[in-house]
Amino acid sequence: MVMDPEMLFRDKIENEIKIEPKDWMPEAYRKTNIRQISQHAHSEIVGMLPEGNWITRAPSLKRKAILIAKVQDEGGHGLYLYSAAETLGMSREEMINDLHSGKAKYSSIFNYPTLTWADIGAIGWLVDGAAIMNQVMLTRTSYGPYARAMVRICKEESFHQRQGFEALLVLSRGTEAQKAMCQDAINRWWWPALMMFGPRDTESTNSDQSMKWKIKRKSNDELRQNFVDMIAEQIKTLGMTLPDPHLKWNEERKHYDFGEINWDEFWQVVKGNGPCNKQRLDARRKAWEEGEWVREAAEAYARKRVDKLKG
Amino acid sequence: MNQKKTSYILHLADNSLILGQRNSEWCGHGPVLEQDIAITNITLDLVGQARSLYQYAASLLGEGTTEDSLAYLRTEREFLNCLLVEQPKADWAHTVLRQFFFSTYQYYLCQQLLSHPDAQLAAIAEKSLKEVRYHVRWSGEWVIRLGDGTTESKQRLQLALAALWPYTGELFMPAAYESGQGTDLSAIRPLWNEKVQAVLREATLDLPGETFMHSGGKTGVHTEHLGFILAEMQYMQRTYPGCEW
Repeated sequence: MVMDPEMLFRDKIENEIKIEPKDWMPEAYRKTNIRQISQHAHSEIVGMLPEGNWITRAPSLKRKAILIAKVQDEGGHGLYLYSAAETLGMSREEMINDLHSGKAKYSSIFNYPTLTWADIGAIGWLVDGAAIMNQVMLTRTSYGPYARAMVRICKEESFHQRQGFEALLVLSRGTEAQKAMCQDAINRWWWPALMMFGPRDTESTNSDQSMKWKIKRKSNDELRQNFVDMIAEQIKTLGMTLPDPHLKWNEERKHYDFGEINWDEFWQVVKGNGPCNKQRLDARRKAWEEGEWVREAAEAYARKRVDKLKG
Repeated sequence: MNQKKTSYILHLADNSLILGQRNSEWCGHGPVLEQDIAITNITLDLVGQARSLYQYAASLLGEGTTEDSLAYLRTEREFLNCLLVEQPKADWAHTVLRQFFFSTYQYYLCQQLLSHPDAQLAAIAEKSLKEVRYHVRWSGEWVIRLGDGTTESKQRLQLALAALWPYTGELFMPAAYESGQGTDLSAIRPLWNEKVQAVLREATLDLPGETFMHSGGKTGVHTEHLGFILAEMQYMQRTYPGCEW
């Protein structure tokens, strides 16, 4: 008996069998995955900018080497993710054009500036830490190429998070100026990191269907709570504080309670009014436009080679 | 302590660090993602080479010297890198051509250093050589691709060649501290010429004729670029002296 493709698809989702590129899938499932994976890829690429901002000024050769390697890893993640998204039938160039035109989004967190060296540690610890919460969940996402890309990415990201924490730990044990720099970075990055999990579950438009399709496996609020619980413990080792007077262990819930996110700021940054939205997109567009002649030359040369081989 | 020897090691380290610093300006801004990653990878190799060399020099100098005090607390006149590596990254043509000139030089130099009586230097050269072999191949391929690519890419490469060629002579003009280090620049020069000419020919470029060659970097007389490179690179160590990072 030939099974209806839609039933087969649902059956696979039900039984935790990954959906693969050549499998039949609902158009909306394809679109949702393209949107999400390409957005994720764009976040890796745009994310290279705030961190790359400190490579030439890293305070020691060791830190410089670690930072270069880290930013390079982000580029690598972008590459796997673009490849994963391409298996769904959209070319990398189309995705990049959508980024540059503003049609595609990337994580809002990268619209905040890296003002001091401590921001590099804070990004590693808080931003990569928040990203990992989401990414660990995505290693079990239903689309096979995305899940497999996430497994590789998670290994590197957890390494980055430890490096970020370690960089802050050194600051927290340093001079008064270093301690102040550390606390200031945590103060500035804490709330934007919480915003990375997206709107509250009650406000999240794409969540329901994504959960049914097992693209997403935990809700925004669930992930955010896990993150708060983790960081609220880790910060004790740093001897620093989180900028939230409402942060308090709740014995009944066995979770930390925490204050309300500034949702107005959240939506402003999403809409393009964050401190660096314009700079980030401008930098990406500039790199792409200035690289055009290089890409053209490479293509022209490759064509000549093929022609030569054909004789 | 042998001052000539430490100057020589610092010269090698400064070359790698300053070129790494320049190349790192591409990180996140490359013409295409794969090449952004490639140039950043080369940057990482260069910084790694510099670190090994500074660490070695610091161990010879003693008295609390560290890789960081050497990289971050020396001044413009104390840096001994050649002028070629401090030139601006400019466009992709300048970057890959400069890398090709430098890596080809470094390749033959590392080969000589392999048999250096100082085991530490020989070991650093051996490790670097593996990386440099790839740098030569990658940059050489790009030079050919741009030269034999489009009219625009050829034009840009020709401009880069005109701009950078006058800084290649210094690679082969020995500074006082280079004599007696077991390397022979006059033996490297013909090998370098041969390789460079072969690649430029394949790139369909006209070879530059005899021209004036700039020098001074190896003895600490730099172009105006170096001061800005150091101002940026050393800013944290200068602002917060004596801190751990």
